[in-house]
Amino acid sequence: MKSFKRLVALLAVIMLVISLAACGNGTKSTVGQDTGGSKESGGEASGTTDGADAAGDGLVVVGFSQVGAESDWRTANTESMKATFVEGNGYQLIFDDAQQKQENQIKAVRNFIQQDVDYIVIAPVTETGWDTVLQEAKEAGIPVIIVDRMIDVSDDSLFTAWVGSNFLQEGYNAVEWLADYLESKGRADEQINIVTLQGTIGSSAQIGRTDGFAEKMAAYPNWTMLEKQTGEFTQSRGQEVMESFLKSYDDIDVVIAENDNMAFGAIDAIKAAGKTCGPDGDIIIVSFDAVAAAFDAMIAGDMNVSIECNPLHGPRVAEIIQKLEAGETVDKLQYVDEGVFPAETAAEIKPTRAY
Amino acid sequence: MSRIKNVIIKITGYRLFLPLLCLAIVLLVNIIKTPSFFEITIKNGVFYGYIVDIINRSSELVILSIGMTLVVAASGGTDISVGAVSAVSGAVAIFILGGGQTSTDFYHAPYLLGVLAAIGVGALLGAWNGFLVAKMRIQPMVATLILYTAGRGIAQLITKGQILYLRVDHFKQLGGFIPGIPLPTPVFVAILCILVTMLLLKKTALGLYVQTVGINSRAARLVGLNSTMIKFLTYTFCGLCSGIAGMIITSRVYSIDANNAGLNIELDAILAVALGGNSLGGGKFSLLGSVIGAVTIQALTTTLYAMKVSADQLYVYKAIVVILIVALQSSELKRMLRNLRGRSQVTQTGKEVA
Repeated sequence: MKSFKRLVALLAVIMLVISLAACGNGTKSTVGQDTGGSKESGGEASGTTDGADAAGDGLVVVGFSQVGAESDWRTANTESMKATFVEGNGYQLIFDDAQQKQENQIKAVRNFIQQDVDYIVIAPVTETGWDTVLQEAKEAGIPVIIVDRMIDVSDDSLFTAWVGSNFLQEGYNAVEWLADYLESKGRADEQINIVTLQGTIGSSAQIGRTDGFAEKMAAYPNWTMLEKQTGEFTQSRGQEVMESFLKSYDDIDVVIAENDNMAFGAIDAIKAAGKTCGPDGDIIIVSFDAVAAAFDAMIAGDMNVSIECNPLHGPRVAEIIQKLEAGETVDKLQYVDEGVFPAETAAEIKPTRAY
Repeated sequence: MSRIKNVIIKITGYRLFLPLLCLAIVLLVNIIKTPSFFEITIKNGVFYGYIVDIINRSSELVILSIGMTLVVAASGGTDISVGAVSAVSGAVAIFILGGGQTSTDFYHAPYLLGVLAAIGVGALLGAWNGFLVAKMRIQPMVATLILYTAGRGIAQLITKGQILYLRVDHFKQLGGFIPGIPLPTPVFVAILCILVTMLLLKKTALGLYVQTVGINSRAARLVGLNSTMIKFLTYTFCGLCSGIAGMIITSRVYSIDANNAGLNIELDAILAVALGGNSLGGGKFSLLGSVIGAVTIQALTTTLYAMKVSADQLYVYKAIVVILIVALQSSELKRMLRNLRGRSQVTQTGKEVA
């Protein structure tokens, strides 16, 4: 008991020190702003290159705060940024990996401000909690571009533009492809039974894809949504839920999987139940994201289509920066171009894919 | 009349009665809602049905709950790192067998080496937890919190943040079916784990030692038991179980996703121990109780899927059922019921006298 008390006391002291240090940081960066981003505080930025100096070489300095490495998609997103903002294109990129923590991102943005970069690009971990730090960036006169996830701020002028995926449109694309496919197979008037493996409930990808599909599906009265259940974006849950679907209904025609991983799980469950799927099978598999493994599944003949969720944001962000450099105004919300990749073309397209 | 009463008292007094009753109730709900729930057919030469799904899907949880039961019994604390340790074990197995490649379709190393490495790493991480808890006397939750957070980081380092696939049919057998055998392999692994642990605990004095240390660690030391060693061993064993569970988890999806493998499974394992009628304060324990608890959790999930509960309400239903089961087993509720019964008997006799 005594040692426990001591532990608690120790923890309390550590926390106090940390919070004091955090306060210290906060005041320092405001001081930095008052003096117009003094070089002194810039020097404190942990280990990153001194952006202010590099700016003298005529390069556009871009600070990019990435969520962290979490998936193939995220890695492709990072690579796209790194490949776009190279010195050959007239940029200098200061990259910061936030390791899935928002406080690291806020720290990174403050460092960018102190280094007086020309543009700040953020792929936010969470939607909320950005007001204060973006206000600081605004006061320092640095334009902020948000990529991928949207942010929720009280004042829209805190960021210049947002680049990301239109999940609703992806849902529309799925319906459009399915309608065309059924038409080409002469099944346009048949009764079509659909089940959906939803993503993690409440995530923007889940909401957009579910709503987009439901909205456009209403135009096809012969389509029935038998059931929707979450597979939490993982292969094992997708498999488990699909196993249950297959026992509840014998006449599933279409499976909508809101990401590729759940589709892989569903394919395994379908095969285990003695059914077939893919272009030559009983069940049509419609998936989202179009990661490399999805192309393998399509080439193997297990999956019908994957609707792309494009991580290559770099070129679009560069385009926005070029426009801003030229003094033009840019659209606030910008969607990246996203394709639909059916199984027929998978084999020829796969080698050209970056992720 | 009194004989029947005696039998009832005897049955209800049996330690596993309540956990079994809860499992039975969860399963019986299906008779009303999904009559086909208990149907088992043969498809592709293997058994096929909801019941098979339940015992299949609960296997890794059963294995984890065995280790968790011993940890809880000996130290009165929980190991919250089991999910993360499973992920590390799975990552190690796939890294060795797949030669570190993102996607491969042949083994780069002997299968046995991969399995032994995975289980060994699990035991090693378990030993680290055991060292912190038993030797350094850090509170179990704080000590295992280290690997709970760092474990997934380690797994990420091994996989370099990617999902690694190992598309070898032989590798899928541990989480699927061995050709010619109609029951899923994880079920056999789980049963084997239960049997070996039971033998170890019952045929040697280990089970008694674990209980003694859990009830009073200092008193156990005073009678000559090395309680530090016993606690250390239970954590190491729990890590070993996590390693085995990690192998099954990765084999099911023939890949390792460091972020999602075994995610939140530690909470289910702790819940399984509690649902099995074990006290989370340590001491006396029932291994079979925890196994029944683990199966109950999966039965509940499968039941909710079969009942077509929508995704946003899934957790609400789960929570309600869990609260009911835990409340049903609490000793306080039993005491209240006994008091109530006693009082009504008193009033009855009072009336008779009047």
